[in-house]
Amino acid sequence: MPKRADLRKVLVIGSGPIIIGQAAEFDYSGTQACRALSEEGLEVVLVNSNPATIMTDVEVADRVYVEPLTPEFVEKIIAAERPDGILATLGGQTGLNLALALSQAGALDRYGVELLGTSLETIQNAEDRDRFRTSMLDLGQPVPESHTAERVDDALGVAAGIGYPVVVRPAFTLGGTGGGIAENPDALAAVATRGLMASPIRQVLVERCVLGWKEIEYEVMRDTSGTSITVCNMENVDPMGVHTGDSIVVAPSMTLSDREYQLLRTAALRIIGGLGIAGGCNIQFALDPNSDAYYVIEVNPRVSRSSALASKATGYPIARVAAKIAVGLRLDEIPNRVTGVTRAAFEPSLDYVVVKIPRWPFDKFPTMDRRLGTQMKATGEVMAIGRTFEQALLKAVRSLDLKLDGIRHPSGAHWSAAELERLVTEPNDLRLFAVAEALRRGWTIEDLMAGTLIDRFFIAKIARIVEIESRLSAGSSAVGAAKRAGFSDSAIAAIQGKTEGAVRLGRRSAGIRPVFKIVDTCAGEFPAETPYYYSTYEAEDELPEFRRPRIVVLGSGPIRIGQGIEFDYSTVHAVKALREAGYEAVIINNNPETVSTDFDISDRLYFEPLTMEDVLHVCEREQPVGVLVQYGGQTAINLAGPLDAAGVPVLGTSVTSLDISEDRRKFDALLADLDIERPQGGAVRTIEAARALIRRIGLPVLVRPSYVLGGRGMEIVDDEDAALTAVQAALAADHEYPVLIDRYIGGLEVEVDAIADGESLLIPGIMEHVEAAGIHSGDSIAIFPAQSLPDAIEDYLVLEANLRASRTVPFVSKAVSVPLVQIGTRVMIGDRLADLGYPGVYRLPSPPRVAVKAPVFSMEKLVRAEVALGPEMRSTGEVMGLGADVPAAVRRALIAAGLEVKGDTVLVSLAPRDRIGARALLESFRRLGFRVVATEGTASALRDAGMLADSVDAFDALATGRVGLVINTPTRGRDAARRGFRLRRAALEHRIPCVTSLDTARVIAAALEGSPSDTDVQPLPGPAPH
Amino acid sequence: MIGPRAYLILEDGAVFEGTRIGAPVEAAGEVVFTTSMTGYQEVISDPSYRGQIVVMAAPLIGNYGFNPQAWEARGPHVRGFVVREACEVPSHYLSREPLDEFLAGHGIAGLTELDTRRLVRHLRIHGLKRGMISGSADQSTIDRVRDLPELHEQDLVGEASCKEPIVIPGDGPRIALLDCGVKLGIIDALRRRGCEVHVLPHTTGPEAIAAFEPGGVLLSNGPGDPAVLNSVVATVRDIIDNIPVMGVCLGHQLLALAVGGRTYKMKFGHRGSNQPVLDQLTGRVMITTQNHGYAVDPDTLPSSVEVTHVNLNDGTIEGLRHRHLPVFSVQFHPEGRPGPHDADHLYDEFLDAIGVRTEVTHAEAR
Repeated sequence: MPKRADLRKVLVIGSGPIIIGQAAEFDYSGTQACRALSEEGLEVVLVNSNPATIMTDVEVADRVYVEPLTPEFVEKIIAAERPDGILATLGGQTGLNLALALSQAGALDRYGVELLGTSLETIQNAEDRDRFRTSMLDLGQPVPESHTAERVDDALGVAAGIGYPVVVRPAFTLGGTGGGIAENPDALAAVATRGLMASPIRQVLVERCVLGWKEIEYEVMRDTSGTSITVCNMENVDPMGVHTGDSIVVAPSMTLSDREYQLLRTAALRIIGGLGIAGGCNIQFALDPNSDAYYVIEVNPRVSRSSALASKATGYPIARVAAKIAVGLRLDEIPNRVTGVTRAAFEPSLDYVVVKIPRWPFDKFPTMDRRLGTQMKATGEVMAIGRTFEQALLKAVRSLDLKLDGIRHPSGAHWSAAELERLVTEPNDLRLFAVAEALRRGWTIEDLMAGTLIDRFFIAKIARIVEIESRLSAGSSAVGAAKRAGFSDSAIAAIQGKTEGAVRLGRRSAGIRPVFKIVDTCAGEFPAETPYYYSTYEAEDELPEFRRPRIVVLGSGPIRIGQGIEFDYSTVHAVKALREAGYEAVIINNNPETVSTDFDISDRLYFEPLTMEDVLHVCEREQPVGVLVQYGGQTAINLAGPLDAAGVPVLGTSVTSLDISEDRRKFDALLADLDIERPQGGAVRTIEAARALIRRIGLPVLVRPSYVLGGRGMEIVDDEDAALTAVQAALAADHEYPVLIDRYIGGLEVEVDAIADGESLLIPGIMEHVEAAGIHSGDSIAIFPAQSLPDAIEDYLVLEANLRASRTVPFVSKAVSVPLVQIGTRVMIGDRLADLGYPGVYRLPSPPRVAVKAPVFSMEKLVRAEVALGPEMRSTGEVMGLGADVPAAVRRALIAAGLEVKGDTVLVSLAPRDRIGARALLESFRRLGFRVVATEGTASALRDAGMLADSVDAFDALATGRVGLVINTPTRGRDAARRGFRLRRAALEHRIPCVTSLDTARVIAAALEGSPSDTDVQPLPGPAPH
Repeated sequence: MIGPRAYLILEDGAVFEGTRIGAPVEAAGEVVFTTSMTGYQEVISDPSYRGQIVVMAAPLIGNYGFNPQAWEARGPHVRGFVVREACEVPSHYLSREPLDEFLAGHGIAGLTELDTRRLVRHLRIHGLKRGMISGSADQSTIDRVRDLPELHEQDLVGEASCKEPIVIPGDGPRIALLDCGVKLGIIDALRRRGCEVHVLPHTTGPEAIAAFEPGGVLLSNGPGDPAVLNSVVATVRDIIDNIPVMGVCLGHQLLALAVGGRTYKMKFGHRGSNQPVLDQLTGRVMITTQNHGYAVDPDTLPSSVEVTHVNLNDGTIEGLRHRHLPVFSVQFHPEGRPGPHDADHLYDEFLDAIGVRTEVTHAEAR
């Protein structure tokens, strides 16, 4: 069945901003889908509100709309474009929910648009809890006993019938938002309340809990002729009870017999066929470790995080194939591009082991609950490939970029027995390390099986790693065995009390070097030219044919707060520029969710940890002209010095210059030479030095570590004791580098991305932050081009300079329609800006539309996390709003960010310092028709200032359902028990926007006063001419 | 694992050094690889592997141990077994023993801790080779490898087939199963459908088969080169006019030979659980288990048979059907074990051809 002839134009829906549970994997799948559809000769229209994506590049689709993913805006796009079909199954839960809303609003019928791929009815049969249960039972598939509930009382009644513990699963949410396990009625009341709130249809499922059963996933594909295949299966190392997004996962399954493998595979095929899915689907099973009994836990009728992982784990491009199926192709008509000779109708066979480990944001949220359960908390993940489980596991740990070179946690030895027991028995981010520590302290495999419910197989593997550690510390010649098991040189060095260099030299002289093998989808059965490699310690290196000079681009590793998808965007653009310039572009990265790790983006992809040792191994094999470290965020920049020292050429800005920008004293000296001012401050390594410095520069001060990543560990403090406590904490977090202390100065903050070649300077424009300095730039609403800057600026300070691609590069590139990264890359390989058309100090003209970047947070996923903004970055993603003027662009950005003000009341609770200044702002809300209510202290202060506001109990006010916006400026400090903290969390739980800076509130008021009914949509313009 | 060094030596002189597991004996045979990721116990006990040293492409083998439920014959049939890593601490509620002990207990030589991907690639590029697992890799061992008999020079079916008829009682149709080295999975597929199965030695002639008055004859899988099984082919030629016949794997090749076709030796064969087969009649693709080193040459088939299934990867013949008689065959294993059950319905079609339709308990097929 060839491509359907009646389809000419297709609208693809993206997934919007990065949030926990919906991350870069949808950029990967959406980009793949757009390309797959273009290949079939279709006109592709794309909508997504997230500028930091490859999919919103104008080259990816025929027309790209950066607009809010709401039914209102998408219907406008449908009206303007009149597509024949709409593809919603590649945009995550956002895409599905949007398709459902469009259909229910009659928009699809109105414009005669067909939903391609899996039908809405099928989606509902899989997603609506009652219908899911019925459809599974109709297909003869067992599901755990469960009932839906729409009220807390109903939930308690259901649980009384099923028996505790129970799992609560809200309908139509992603990443298990609002769900959880309840052991008793009290706990259930709390979990069910949260779950009902989280579900857009106010429905939860209360289900029998199969805690401790094996959790197995199958990735399944089906075409419209009925051919179904499984791409792979995956086994969660953490058994049932921990969300798969928060579990360590291995592919293929390790502990299933063929009988069990086929039992679940056959069930998976029966389910995908019975539901009538056309495309990809993820099915989760719980399998009894002591019998053949199983349950179907969940069916996701779309591509997902798991399908991205499965694609990278096997080389089978699920999203690409799903897109082809959606336009009518059969699996046996779609070529397998890995082998070139086989078809998409086959099942990959793996001759390696893949391990995924989640990356959690606990380092950013000290108050947060680190326990793991059914609600996903990870922001990203890493994947590693090895020929053994141990090797893949240790490579994955290294890839996390948490300064861990193995499963020996630096704090491990200090854990008390009770602490260790808690870390072992309660699922949490440190459990892997705790299991290893327990083994070192003499726990048996059986003890740990009982304590963790983790399968014997995995515990025995960890025990084997621990055993190699002890052989290494006994000084025996276990280095070869350790390398084969995946140990890094630095881990061996630490155990043997040597330097990393000495270990490296020793093993190299013993001939212990890695080889690289190919991921080929077929376990060696067919010749494959796939440029997709992993390292291992075996005999044969599958050497590629090197054709042209090569340049290695370092990726940025897992998505985390402060280092997100923006860097993947830059990595992909760098590769594009290098290939166009005639180089072979080589990527090293370890994030399975992203576009950069799609094997056909680069000339060669190495799925490896981004550590000095692993990168050097690739460089030794590739012998590149040079390495680009500027696009992989702080992860890659940190490798510049060591690579340079090892003789690997670092392209672009010299390592000396990079060092000046990162070294406080050198940077100060440079600025002094240039006669540029910066806030007073300095670098300290001791408390005494910190005290002296603070007394010299005065309070308040900003305290942070040298090598910053999204402002981790940054704090603004206005008394000396608190400042010294913060210094102490920062010193403890990083022993290698000093702590930076700056005088904190409020004011307008602006930011410039620029490209220089030593002669010329290209400035795309200046971006203005809405929130005053002190709130991390990544969490600020930003306006491009800057609106409030005078023509001649006389009084300014430089805060910092980052000599690498920043987080804002994709946003600015899209705002000005110029691919900045590609220009930067051309400069790094020797081109002159003047020759590229940007001579002298070249400032790009202002674009026709104002662009606004708004941050998006995932706070509802992060129980007990602080909502208020500060110098530490907290947002997980961003959206872009475009408009004719600032209010229009801001309003669109707010809608896209989910910050629409809906009620008729504004609730205000302000820190004393803000109360007087807020009057004009509150008057403007009143003019807009809002009722302004305030907490007692704020109300009385406002009264004193001549403004009447009703004094209310904040929590009662939130419960009325009329509050549309909470304005709460926090008093400084981190005390989680404070009333303000609870108020902010409560607002979040009621899904009411809560802003913690008056600047944010002002821009919201201005946007509401602006052009409220503007919903015109425009595609991004093509590349700007110059 | 620290153990004695041992080698896999191929006839082309290639030597792969590893660690010995299993029995401390030499093993010799044709070296083949399978890409099945699960089902190593089924592989080891599949009679079609008789005469062969099997290399597992999947690196971790033995993870769920060995259990009494996963046999495809009463004992192992492989001559040697080569794995990247042999699991020392298996984990499964049915597991009785780890791989090393299992092999040792059955007198089978094994080799581990070697670059099995290099070995698989070597066999794929250069074709299958005779080889030996041995404690030494000197020239005399290589010479002995070169003197090993080829598959067609051995009576492997004779070794694998039953010596006396075996009857599995049932209420359904009576099936004569011509045993060339049958997998228990095939017998189970018939037994679950209620068939009364008479497992007969491969030497059983047409009259003796007819004497059982079977409703149908199933030609089983088995090891080695089909072209040397002249008397079995003659038997098949005799019975197809009178009795519905289904052939599986070697049985498929025998059927092709019986109607006048020819078989040829493939470069490295199909062994694994992920072979896509296109059903030419429905247009659907099934994922199948395969284990064969010979194939039917399409240019030699008479017009009385048609090709019903082809391999989607390389276009080789995967299924045949007689145009006028209730006779068909498939190159793959509809029963899986190891592998998918996508084609399990073919046994129903066999019973349909016999004219009896029995309810199958799908619970077990699941």
